[in-house]
Amino acid sequence: MVQAVTTAVAFEKAAAENRAALVGYLPAGFPTVAGGIDAIKAMVDNGCDVIEVGLPYSDPVMDGPTIQAAALQALQNGVRTKDVLATVEATATLGVPTVIMTYWNPVERYGVEAFARDLAAAGGSGLITPDITPDYGQEWIAAADAHDLDKIFLVAPSSTDERIGLTVSNCRGFVYATAVMGVTGARNQTSDLAPPLVARTKAATSLPVGVGLGVSNGAQAHQIAQYADGVIVGSAFVRAILDANGDHKAAIAALATLTKDLAEGVRR
Amino acid sequence: MTTHLNETTSFDADDRGWYGGSEEGFGGRFMPEALMKALLELDQAWTAAKADPSFVRDFDTILREYANLPSPLYFAERLSDKLGIRILLKREDLNHTGAHKIRNVLGQALLTKRMGKTRVIAETGAGQHGVASATAAAYFGLDCTVYMGKVDTDRQALNVARMKLLGAEVIPVDSGSATLKDAINEALRDWVASVDHTAYLFGTAAGPHPFPTLVRDLARGIGDEAREQVLAMDGRLPHAIAAAVGGGSNAIGLYTAFLDDPDVRIYGFEAGGDGYETGRHAATIQQGDEGVLHGARTYVLQDEDGQTIESHSISAGLDYPGVGPQHAWLAKSGRATYTSVTDTEAMDAFALLARTEGIIPAIESAHALAGAIKIAPQLREEFGPEATLLVNLSGRGDKDMGTAMEWFKL
Repeated sequence: MVQAVTTAVAFEKAAAENRAALVGYLPAGFPTVAGGIDAIKAMVDNGCDVIEVGLPYSDPVMDGPTIQAAALQALQNGVRTKDVLATVEATATLGVPTVIMTYWNPVERYGVEAFARDLAAAGGSGLITPDITPDYGQEWIAAADAHDLDKIFLVAPSSTDERIGLTVSNCRGFVYATAVMGVTGARNQTSDLAPPLVARTKAATSLPVGVGLGVSNGAQAHQIAQYADGVIVGSAFVRAILDANGDHKAAIAALATLTKDLAEGVRR
Repeated sequence: MTTHLNETTSFDADDRGWYGGSEEGFGGRFMPEALMKALLELDQAWTAAKADPSFVRDFDTILREYANLPSPLYFAERLSDKLGIRILLKREDLNHTGAHKIRNVLGQALLTKRMGKTRVIAETGAGQHGVASATAAAYFGLDCTVYMGKVDTDRQALNVARMKLLGAEVIPVDSGSATLKDAINEALRDWVASVDHTAYLFGTAAGPHPFPTLVRDLARGIGDEAREQVLAMDGRLPHAIAAAVGGGSNAIGLYTAFLDDPDVRIYGFEAGGDGYETGRHAATIQQGDEGVLHGARTYVLQDEDGQTIESHSISAGLDYPGVGPQHAWLAKSGRATYTSVTDTEAMDAFALLARTEGIIPAIESAHALAGAIKIAPQLREEFGPEATLLVNLSGRGDKDMGTAMEWFKL
């Protein structure tokens, strides 16, 4: 059994260094289960403080075309929920807090309590749940609390202050602020909706706030790190692998370069 | 005849959208936080609108003067002779745009205007809901974008052309199975990015709360009208009612007026496709498991990891791996009985209605007729030749002629 490190530890360490934490996302099983674990290792070695392992799902309503393509590839390669947990275990062994980002149905299908139990046993720190909010997530909240797992719910620019209050009061670990009204995917400019959202969220909680959706380079990471506790990057990592066209060595090299750029961005 | 938008039944959702309660029931609101504000606003707006006599009056006026409602209840004498029981057809195929869908979209578009939004989006399978949405958008002067699976744009080309002529932008979706479920995913993605000025005209009684309730309320005129019509015609309620079930809007629209009449049997017929044994079907209640899809807990065709299994039906409108949560609850509670009919059985019924009554039904509706053929002997045995089965003929078959030509080698 791998001992989980909570995400709060990573955020505290980054804060002690007077910087934001870098959170990296990659779907499990992409490009293959073993290749995905290699890729995550490259992200950890080059500066990711927290890893989000995506659970590939057939109907990812919050994902843009890049992550959806990766998830579809993983599913077509036969990735299973047990492979996702194996990826978590391999990542957690590296000593980095590891959370799963997952749509809800695969968790419900696995069994909410069983999922929490097996995630904790694999050394996972918790879940990010893009399609379940605290008001409909009581079963997960209870299971997470029973297994000391982080519950990372999302806030959005459209969230009312009342809903931000509801969300942060049910979060553990950090709060995920979606910077844009839209799906995942790298964007040329960071959102002007993010700073006020982070400010409203910070007014409601002392938990760290990570900002995601749209970040693809060190300059954007630097910009977000000025007002957020964490910078969350997903599509850009996926894109680095997709662009390598099956050349695994090239993909790992590209991931290393991108991670260094982002890690430098949050430290600038 | 007015629509009973604000009437309740003992099978309604609670205020959090659960049918049958959150413990063993179905529904709820499993959605990204980014859409929660919009869903809550929609819920409040709908609760206020349906209680507002001026909204109800406007809705009824539009249905009557524009959509050709109420639709007739028709005693299908020659079909009845064939089946040995009395078959009554609720003629939703005679509605403007050719299907029951017009009720839902005119109501949702009227609500959109009331909420001050200027654009609507919709998803469509067979194209009936897309055509109806494009029609409602044109009627109300709203911008309209319709998402449609690439597979469906190919097999429903006529409806694509109709939507474009009505001024809608049609976006083919080639992700996933490129059918209705993927069109819903894509429409939801659009909505996340456009929710401040855009309303999502959901096409069936599925999705997150309040959509199942909203669509049910708007479609319930089918059953409200039919109930009055059958009482006027026969002086009593029918022994049974039947409808096809994909997502389930035409079915719940018919059922709602009869849910609290325990003597009226309620039947739903899902798309059995090539048969269960082939894995190529859309019989979600029969073959699915409880899960969450498109924002609601319901029955879902899924594998052991919770990944959605692609459905199959000759009818694009029934080709959906989920089902509205009300049907899930009606099935689990035992109030309604759901079985399935195969593509072949549906197409046989399609031809039978054409040749006995001179009515070419939508293939969706042909599933309900095929189901009627299956249960007729049992009803006759129990109630005799006066056994009365009211079938919802939810749409007309013009759009399906390409499929029919191929199937029957015409």
